[in-house]
Parts: sequence; C-alpha cells; structure tokens
Amino acid sequence: MSGEGARLPRLESAGLDGWMVRLFERIEETNLAWITPLTRRCEAAFGDALVDLVPSYTTLLVVFDPLRLSPEEARRRLLALLGDLAPDEPTEGGEVRELPTWYDESVGPDLARVAEHTGLSVEAVIDCHAGTLYRVFALGFAPGFAFMGLLDERLEVPRLATPRQRVPVNSVAIAGRQTAAYPTVTPGGWNLLGRTSARLFDRDREGFSLLAVGDRVRFVPVDRTAFEAQGGDTTPMEAGR
Amino acid sequence: MKSVMKRAMDRVTNSETNKYTVIGFRVERAGPLAQLEDAGRFGVRRLGVTQGGPADLHGWAWANHLAGNPWGTAALEITFGGLTLVAERDLTLAVAGADLAATLDGQALPLWQRVQCREGQRLAFAMPANGLRAYLAVAGGFAAEPVLGSVACVVREGLGGFDGRGSKLAEGDRLAVGEPSSAGASLNAAPDEARIDYRAPARLPLLPGAQVGDFTGQSLFRAFNATWHVDDRADRMGVRLTGPRLQCRIGSLVSEGIGLGAVQVPPDGQPIALLNDRQTIGGYPRLGALTPLAASRLAQCLPGQEVRLAAVSSEGALAAYRRFCETFSG
Repeated sequence: MSGEGARLPRLESAGLDGWMVRLFERIEETNLAWITPLTRRCEAAFGDALVDLVPSYTTLLVVFDPLRLSPEEARRRLLALLGDLAPDEPTEGGEVRELPTWYDESVGPDLARVAEHTGLSVEAVIDCHAGTLYRVFALGFAPGFAFMGLLDERLEVPRLATPRQRVPVNSVAIAGRQTAAYPTVTPGGWNLLGRTSARLFDRDREGFSLLAVGDRVRFVPVDRTAFEAQGGDTTPMEAGR
Repeated sequence: MKSVMKRAMDRVTNSETNKYTVIGFRVERAGPLAQLEDAGRFGVRRLGVTQGGPADLHGWAWANHLAGNPWGTAALEITFGGLTLVAERDLTLAVAGADLAATLDGQALPLWQRVQCREGQRLAFAMPANGLRAYLAVAGGFAAEPVLGSVACVVREGLGGFDGRGSKLAEGDRLAVGEPSSAGASLNAAPDEARIDYRAPARLPLLPGAQVGDFTGQSLFRAFNATWHVDDRADRMGVRLTGPRLQCRIGSLVSEGIGLGAVQVPPDGQPIALLNDRQTIGGYPRLGALTPLAASRLAQCLPGQEVRLAAVSSEGALAAYRRFCETFSG
C-alpha cells in the first residue's frame, strides 16, 4: 500500500448509518489492544445515538442513528476519539480452549484442495493446522463464530469463488490467515478441513458462545471413534456440495 | 425522535411492566415463512448476533402506523403467502407491503388501511400478486418474550419469534397480542404515494464504499448502468443479483463488520446485497451500501425482476430517510 489513501487510521463510508474505522492493514495480535479501547470510547462518545459496534481484526464498524446524528457529525466525533487514542496494557493469557476435531475428507471436503494449493500432504496440512495455538480476535458472522489467527502462512488459501449455501454445524475451516469453526448452519466461503465435537453456541449459556475475544484455542485431532464418543456428527457432506 | 436502540429498550421495558396479552389469532395454515419482527436486535452484533427486523421497513412501518401502534411494535412478516389465520377475538388490524391476494372470509382484504376483524373470521394470504412480503399489524401489537432485547425472529440463529427460539409460524400456533394503545390511529389509510408498485423496475440508491476504486473502470460503468436481475438465491440474509461480471482488483479482505444493504462482490463477480439477517462480518470487497429504503425495496422483488443500482450522495439519501421516518414519529 502507498499514497495518501493508505494512511491509518482512517474512516471509510459504510452507508447512511455507519463508519468503518480502519486501524490496521494486517492481522496482528497487538491490534486488539487498540480496538478494544476504541470500542469503549465510542460507547461513551455516541451515547443514545449509538446503534451497534462490530469490532474485528483490523477495523471497528460504528453504526449510529442517522436521525440523531448526521454522518458528518459522527465522523467528527470519531476523528476526535482517534486523535488521542491510547492502547490498553497487553494482557497475558485468556483461557486455552481445546476443540476436539476429526479431520477427514467426508466432513472436511476441502482437505485435498488445500493440500494441492499449498503443495503439502493432507497429513502435513492437518499437523500444521493443529500445531498452532490461535487467538480469538473477534466474534462475528454468526452467533458464537470466533475468528481466530494467525494461521501458519504455509496454509494460506483463498476463500471459495462461490460460497457454499449450507455449511454443516461444527465445520472447522480456514481462509487466508484465519481459522474458525461454524457454530450454526450458515452459508460460507471458507475451506473445510474437518469437524469439531465442541458445543460452540448454546442459547441458554451466559454469553451464548463457548469462545470469547482474547481466548487462546487449540484444535486437537481425534479419530472417528473418539469424535463419535464425544457426540460429534459424522454425517458426510453431500456429494457435489 | 428517539434512537433505534433507545426505542428497542423502551419496548423491553413495556413488555416487562405490561403483561396484558391475549390470544389474537390461531394459525390454521402456516405457509412457507411467516415470522414476528420488531425493529430488530441491536447492541449485540459483537457476539455475532445479527440485526433481524423487517426486511421491508416501509411496509412494516406503515402497517403498524395504520394499526395505531408506535414505532418498533412487533408485526407479522408474511413471505410469499400460504398463511391462514383465524381471529380468536375482535381485532383492529392493517396489512401493508406486498399484495399477497389477502382475503377476510373470502372477500378481498383492502391493503394499506385500517380494517376491523371479528372473532371467528378467517384472514388468508394466498400468493404474491405484487411484491413478496406482507406485514400484518394488530392494534396493540403481537406479543412475545424478548430474547437479547428483541422479539425479532431469526430462524438461522434460533432467536426471537413467538417461542423465543426463532421458529417461524406453524399450524396450530396461537398468537398473543397486546393491549391497544388508548390513543389509537390517526390515519385510516396510507396516501397513494406510500403504496409502492413492487412490479415496476426498481432503482436502488447506493452509497459508494471504500473499495469502489478497486473495481475496474469498466466494471464500475457496468455496475451502475446495467440492468440486474434478482436471482432465486434470495432470502432475508441477502439477495444475489445476476448480470455482467464485475471485476475487483482485490479478491478478499480481512473479515470486517457489514452494514445493512452492503453490496458485496465475491470473486464470481455477481453482487450480493445484504439484508437484515446477514452475517455480521465478512470479507468480500463491496461496491457500497444500499440506503435502508433501497434494501427494503429490494426485499420486495421476486426472482427475475429487474433492478438498477444508482450511486447517490449521503446528503440526498439522508434527507429521504428522515422524511420517511418523520411520518411515523407522531
């Protein structure tokens, strides 16, 4: 990136009722230390005019009520917040969550495609994915869907050209330098490697989500027998998908 | 006018202090999709929980207004038709939005106006004659227990609706209604200009977004000059448009928040306009965002219908949105 447009942080139009605050170009673990305090300060600065906040890896989407605040006034307030933003102290830890995962072609139909794209064997793809301790950067996309990183750069593959209309619950997936597990059935464009037996989303559990921002996560390979014993769903993806 | 969030909070407070509810309707035939929608679920998108709310804000707001309900009251969104309700008591109601060939005891039901319905009468929605989604509001509103601050029904997430678990209406359901406000409705019928002909080709105002410069010049020209067709892959999450293949120099972004009406373009070059039940975060580059009323208009289009995208400035779009909302602020 170069030129004026690349200076960060910057504000980008996100419609009549939103500004995208772009703080970073790249995913880094240290980004959270800046995005979290900005999220807090937006709540104070916008008050009743705030509709929603969507923090992510490198950005914060600020949604406001355009009946109370013009986009220009919202922009002015955000620029003031960014002017003297200071990062939170780095925190150690967060819980380590283990997600038992059955890596298999029948539930991870993109294993071979990822192997071909990366030049690794299927076994090496699995070892590489399971060998990394990930950090939860954001919850989003669907209830309890945790965006995790950083994926080993050897496993970096693009999203599917056309998203699947129906990704099964608990599918473990990768895209770019990110990894995740699907808590509910949704459309999705990520590459599926396997399936976890963990209960990722429970509407009766406080906070709904097993994973929270800041948690560390490890995918633990299990065989079919152990996966089934843990209540994992072995129903294969439909042929042709 | 109070903020959307504040209104949602007020609604929750009301439902806690005012426990008056009675059964208003019984579902005799459920049809493909009928669900409860208040203004939506706000302040929880950071948990990955979507916005929900009426896919067509215009039809929903008019139905409530004509029934004498304040902004944010829960109404029924009926997609496609096939729904038959039997009134369990005398009710004041209004239907706005799509014409789904609705009848009351076999007689054509007038739309966009207040109607009296007697106990035992059958209210039936057949199939789309004009538009896709009809809104049924009853005086006092439909009543249900809020989940995360809202009764908005999101089937995919299993949140909201009459049972709190995101279920669409099913045969045999009994639908609770609240106490009508003493003020009542001021208008009996919507003016002609509010009654949209959804069959006409739609012009959808769009605010260009940050990645607009990453599309090729030819793609941008096509995006705003071509006729797009509404694909049959369309639901409350989003509507795919088919037409010329748009090319963007960036294939994907780091996933980031997505607003209502965002028009994303996956590598296959066919845009997807994201609606109320969209995923909260995504990583495809975007042309920009439809205005809230443009997203509503698109939600009334049937597959195969023609639409055009029109780049607009935020000033004009904001003025139009404010005019729309002022109608309902009384």
